[in-house]
Amino acid sequence: MSDLNITDQSFEGEVLKNELPVLVDFWAPWCAPCRIVSPIVEELAKEYEGKLKVGKLNVDDNPDTSARYGVMSIPSLIFFKDGKPVKTMVGAQGKENFKRGIEEVLSS
Amino acid sequence: MYDVIIIGSGPAGLTAAIYTTRANLKTLVVAGNKWGGQLMLTTLVENYPGFPEGIQGPDLMMAMKKQAERFGTEFIDSDFASGDFDPPAGGLFKITAGDKTYEGKSVIIATGADTKWLGVPGEQEKIGKGVSSCAPCDAFFFKGKNVIVVGGGDSAMEEAIVLADFASSVTMVHRKDSFRASQIMQDRAKKNPKIKFLLNAEITKILGEEKVIGAEVKNNKTNKVSKMDIDGVFVAIGHVPNTKVFQGIELDEKGYIKVRDHTKTNIDGVFVAGDVHDSHYRQAITAAGYGCAAALEADHWLRGQE
Repeated sequence: MSDLNITDQSFEGEVLKNELPVLVDFWAPWCAPCRIVSPIVEELAKEYEGKLKVGKLNVDDNPDTSARYGVMSIPSLIFFKDGKPVKTMVGAQGKENFKRGIEEVLSS
Repeated sequence: MYDVIIIGSGPAGLTAAIYTTRANLKTLVVAGNKWGGQLMLTTLVENYPGFPEGIQGPDLMMAMKKQAERFGTEFIDSDFASGDFDPPAGGLFKITAGDKTYEGKSVIIATGADTKWLGVPGEQEKIGKGVSSCAPCDAFFFKGKNVIVVGGGDSAMEEAIVLADFASSVTMVHRKDSFRASQIMQDRAKKNPKIKFLLNAEITKILGEEKVIGAEVKNNKTNKVSKMDIDGVFVAIGHVPNTKVFQGIELDEKGYIKVRDHTKTNIDGVFVAGDVHDSHYRQAITAAGYGCAAALEADHWLRGQE
């Protein structure tokens, strides 16, 4: 799903300046656990439409943003609120677990 | 209420689930926050039969999960929290995961084993900041950097080989004077020009505040400690069984679940499969085999209870 793609160039506008909380999935094509997380992230994007912006950032193509937020392990899901990272979830996990993370961020 | 509650979602747990659901037993898998077990942290698995070109570990686990789901296995993503393994005669086992408690007529424990860390100063707080146990996940972030891999087995060799594609140098640090890895893996590592070997050596401290910047390495023959400037420490010194949480289940002297009669624990109706009891073979295929055996025995036991 290309419309979820976030790049180094679009990061500021789409993530940092977004009025909604944003969930960014840091991933890469060579990362097998990322392939498990990716379809879950796409489902979450639909389920939380209007409440949470969800995006995917390819760390191969967008090294600046990954470096800025100290991403050293993927898949990493980082939540942003008001331009700041507020929560990070590292590693392939089940959908329910990600939903718990989302609920926590939305209610905080 | 379930016929079988399986705790764990690696090859042992998922194979058990495929067998119990196909035997028409209502099955719940307590998959954990991070499901799939150790294979989720690997790349190409070349010794799992049926895949002549090999298969990516996470892809294999995804396929096993789908296969278990196809026959009606239910999954919960929470970690096992506690269990009542000592119910009144004929009663149900109670398993708590997340904030819910589930009841089962029988239980299969298949929680496997986790990374054994070094236990040196500076390690725990820098996991994910240069300290890692998963080269396939993290190697990319060490492009052009210098890293250490600790360990002497096949998984240490694999970590080093994966890292050598990205890092400018990989130093394998091992406390003994020879490696126990298989010949084929040792050969692959040794012919890689980026991989260096430091034997009779142990890491005593990992340096750095925000992230790893170095390590203190002791030569255990001379006791001389030297400082190495490195950006990452990958730990592959083995695993510890996930048994701490099971109250009332008998363990052996090494902390693994004590197995009797191939698949049984000290409690009637509680079975065990995979690396949580097997300190010897520790392969995906043996874990899957144990999962099958435990499922067949659980089925047999449940029929005997009727």
